[in-house]
Amino acid sequence: MLLATIAFYLFSGVLIAAALMVVSARNPVHSVLFLILAFFNAAALFVLLGAEFLAMVLVVVYVGAVAVLFLFVVMMLDIDFVELRQGFLNYVPVGLTIGLVLLAELVILGSAWAVAPAASAGYAHPTPEGVTNTEALGRILYTNYVHVFQGAGMVLLVAMIGAIVLTLRHREGVKRQNVRTQVGRRRAEAVELPKVRPGEGL
Amino acid sequence: MTVDMAQFNADLWATIPEVALACGAMLLLMLGVFAEKRTTLVTWGCVAVLAITAHLVATSSDGTVLAFGSTVIVDPFARFAKLLVLGGSAIAMLMSIDYLKDEKLTRFEYPLLVALATLGMLMMISANDLIVLYVGLELQSLALYVLASFARDNARSTEAGLKYFVLGALSSGMLLYGASLVYGFSGTTTFAGIAQVIAQDGVGTGLMIGLVFVLAGLAFKVSAVPFHMWTPDVYEGSPTPVTAFFAAAPKIAAMALFLRVVFGPFAGAEPQWMQIVIFLSIASMILGALAAIGQSNIKRLMAYSSIGHMGYALIGFAAGSQAGAQGVLIYLVIYMITTVGTFVCILLMRRDGKAVENVEDLAGLSQRDPTTAYLLAILMFSLIGIPPLAGFWGKWFVFLAAIESKLYLLAIIGFVTSVIGAFYYLRVIKVMFFDKPAAPFEKPLGSVNAAVLAASSAFVIFFVVVPAPLVEAAGVAAKSLFP
Repeated sequence: MLLATIAFYLFSGVLIAAALMVVSARNPVHSVLFLILAFFNAAALFVLLGAEFLAMVLVVVYVGAVAVLFLFVVMMLDIDFVELRQGFLNYVPVGLTIGLVLLAELVILGSAWAVAPAASAGYAHPTPEGVTNTEALGRILYTNYVHVFQGAGMVLLVAMIGAIVLTLRHREGVKRQNVRTQVGRRRAEAVELPKVRPGEGL
Repeated sequence: MTVDMAQFNADLWATIPEVALACGAMLLLMLGVFAEKRTTLVTWGCVAVLAITAHLVATSSDGTVLAFGSTVIVDPFARFAKLLVLGGSAIAMLMSIDYLKDEKLTRFEYPLLVALATLGMLMMISANDLIVLYVGLELQSLALYVLASFARDNARSTEAGLKYFVLGALSSGMLLYGASLVYGFSGTTTFAGIAQVIAQDGVGTGLMIGLVFVLAGLAFKVSAVPFHMWTPDVYEGSPTPVTAFFAAAPKIAAMALFLRVVFGPFAGAEPQWMQIVIFLSIASMILGALAAIGQSNIKRLMAYSSIGHMGYALIGFAAGSQAGAQGVLIYLVIYMITTVGTFVCILLMRRDGKAVENVEDLAGLSQRDPTTAYLLAILMFSLIGIPPLAGFWGKWFVFLAAIESKLYLLAIIGFVTSVIGAFYYLRVIKVMFFDKPAAPFEKPLGSVNAAVLAASSAFVIFFVVVPAPLVEAAGVAAKSLFP
């Protein structure tokens, strides 16, 4: 229990520090790297809560895709971040207000549970005994909802076909690799062995 | 907790048509990618896959089957609507071959997108759960957005696709918002569960608001007034075979879903949705009849015609009875077949290597190509609802259901707007037969399109002789909606 408490404070401490660095770092690349650190620590907190599926999804989706995309944007585009940062102090009151509203909501939610313990009965389905929640999700997703799951897959396939139909153009004069002609090439048409006489050249 | 394999297999067998269609489409996608020149082969392959799917639907066991934790339902109603949608898609696909070749739009993705949109429609029709409903609807819509802008170098087609996409996304958002409210206030997403909650606790305010948003989303998909704004622009801008497809299949699927939603989970909320449906119906009929009068573009005219016809079909909903649902199904079959025939004639309208779309361009068709002109005239008379053509019987069944439910006002408005609407259909006939002939069209109908036109007109003319098979099948389908 003590170990879990220590781990919780360690991860949340690093998370808050990393989040502060995201908004205060001068170099945008550093900001993105701190963002990745924040994601990892949030994932660790999910593991502590016993929601390991959510933790893995957070790492895969946010670190693997979103953060890398940010990094690409930051590094590829020529954005003047110094200029963007100009009005930073003007936004502080708005940011603080939003933070306070969020805090108030969390306090109300927490106190509701403290006042009325019966409220926790309204939780959604708890994880079934003896299985990890990844397995529990998988069992529902691939049995009861397999029809919809496959349907969603077909939607993505249609989106892919649609994107290709509407945008792909075969331009003239672009060299393309044709594996069949490459493999079908024979020595006779590929290599020529001219006779070079001394002192004449080709 | 072990997975019940026998149950899983049974679930999979219940959805075998969808599985076959998805696998067939993916196989043909591979064929298209690796053999780029084989577009016609892919098209015929897609038609074959649709035919196999239809065969699987038709031969599946009778009765009602629930699958995947009762989120999917396969009942006679679903089978009827699925066969209708598969037929409409296959015909729209065949009609497109010549047009796409003439417009240099031949690409193998076209039939595949139609097939995948059809897959979405099958999912919608079998939906027995809000999540399945949404995924099916999105699969269908996404493929349709791409199809609308398939002529990507044409500004109007691109505009149509973009408009459809933005407004479609808005309507999906409304539907999702409504679905989330329904889930929040009933605690379940399955249709059976929602029906149970309504039966026990009645319709609360939250559920009511959710219902309104879900119906608004569905009304957008069937283009009922006041959610019709996209229809004329999208119909006009899209390539003509895509417009034909829009009129044939997605409307039917959305209407089937509409029927399922109002008579399934929300059957207990009938007084609430009834007001909405009656308003949608009256507004659609009036706008469809009046706004089409000033149109010179025949595709826009067909768009307003489809808005009006959806209004007539909604009369059957308002009846709120089994006879009403049966009337809606018969109406949809007749409307689909008549529209497909009409679009074959619109596809014929080409001059100087370009498609022409004005009603005036039809002038003199009766002299150059009397057969087509007479058949088109018959289809127009059927759209007006002149007896003994099929269109009259479609209206007959829905109006009869409305009168049985004592909705006299609705029936009278329907009758009056039919008479007003007759004006613009008659104008097409007048231009073809009595106006000064315009220059001839490029070429006669291709053999496939001629066959579609012939079949469509034959159905319209001879429906009165043998109406029993369709009426009985629709009756069985409607009966399964009211357990």
